[in-house]
Amino acid sequence: MTTLEIGQELAPKTFIINRKLLIAYASASGDQNPIHQDETFAKSVGLPDVIAHGMLTMALAGKYLSEISGSQNVIDFSAKFIKPVVVPADVDVALIVSGKVTEVVNGTAKIELLAMCNEIKVLGVAKGLVKL
Amino acid sequence: MLNPDLVGRTFTSADSVTVTKEAIQKFAEVIGESNFEVAPPTFAISITLEKSQALLQDSGLDWTRVVHGDQKFELKRPIVAGDVFHCSSTIESARNVAGNEIVSVRSDLNSGSELVVSTWSTLVVRA
Repeated sequence: MTTLEIGQELAPKTFIINRKLLIAYASASGDQNPIHQDETFAKSVGLPDVIAHGMLTMALAGKYLSEISGSQNVIDFSAKFIKPVVVPADVDVALIVSGKVTEVVNGTAKIELLAMCNEIKVLGVAKGLVKL
Repeated sequence: MLNPDLVGRTFTSADSVTVTKEAIQKFAEVIGESNFEVAPPTFAISITLEKSQALLQDSGLDWTRVVHGDQKFELKRPIVAGDVFHCSSTIESARNVAGNEIVSVRSDLNSGSELVVSTWSTLVVRA
């Protein structure tokens, strides 16, 4: 049983995203799109460099929710992919996720998430609904 | 260009997907999750992405130009090892904005008659 109150700010957590993680996520998720692994290909389609899978960023934000409620209690989760997370070779990119409780009703809590990379918001209107 | 006649149509995969403990663990480990008893909240995408692409491969949608716009999950219960799913994908809407096609695809994972997870993906097909 988690106690959450409306307006409560939840402590930020930093996740590290690097090329190794992108390869691991590609393998685990089945999303082998080369823009997430191959720098030459990514640049050939107009990207600044390899970018992280939007769904990897969302999966990490999902882990943030799981730490609050447990994975089994996440019942609704949504996000917009508003900015790519650029992952240059040999660089650890910090994704900082934080949350705020915006609603507590009928044994559930709505949590608005903020996901930032290099001070840029990468997920838009990211929110989860968790069972308490 | 997406075939507009397909909007509102639902396609269901003939073959099923069995969720293994190994698949859950592999996905969980990438995001630093140590609970392998249930799948992480976004695990369903590892099934629905491939299945929806296969189901919609003849739709006229150019998957090589697709950018993921947004994503939503509704989980009726967590996915666990041993779940056997059929995937149904529906093109809920398609519109054209400044030359880009914006297509909304819902994919449901059903275990028998039980709806376990619904996912919604907005796909932007770049002009």
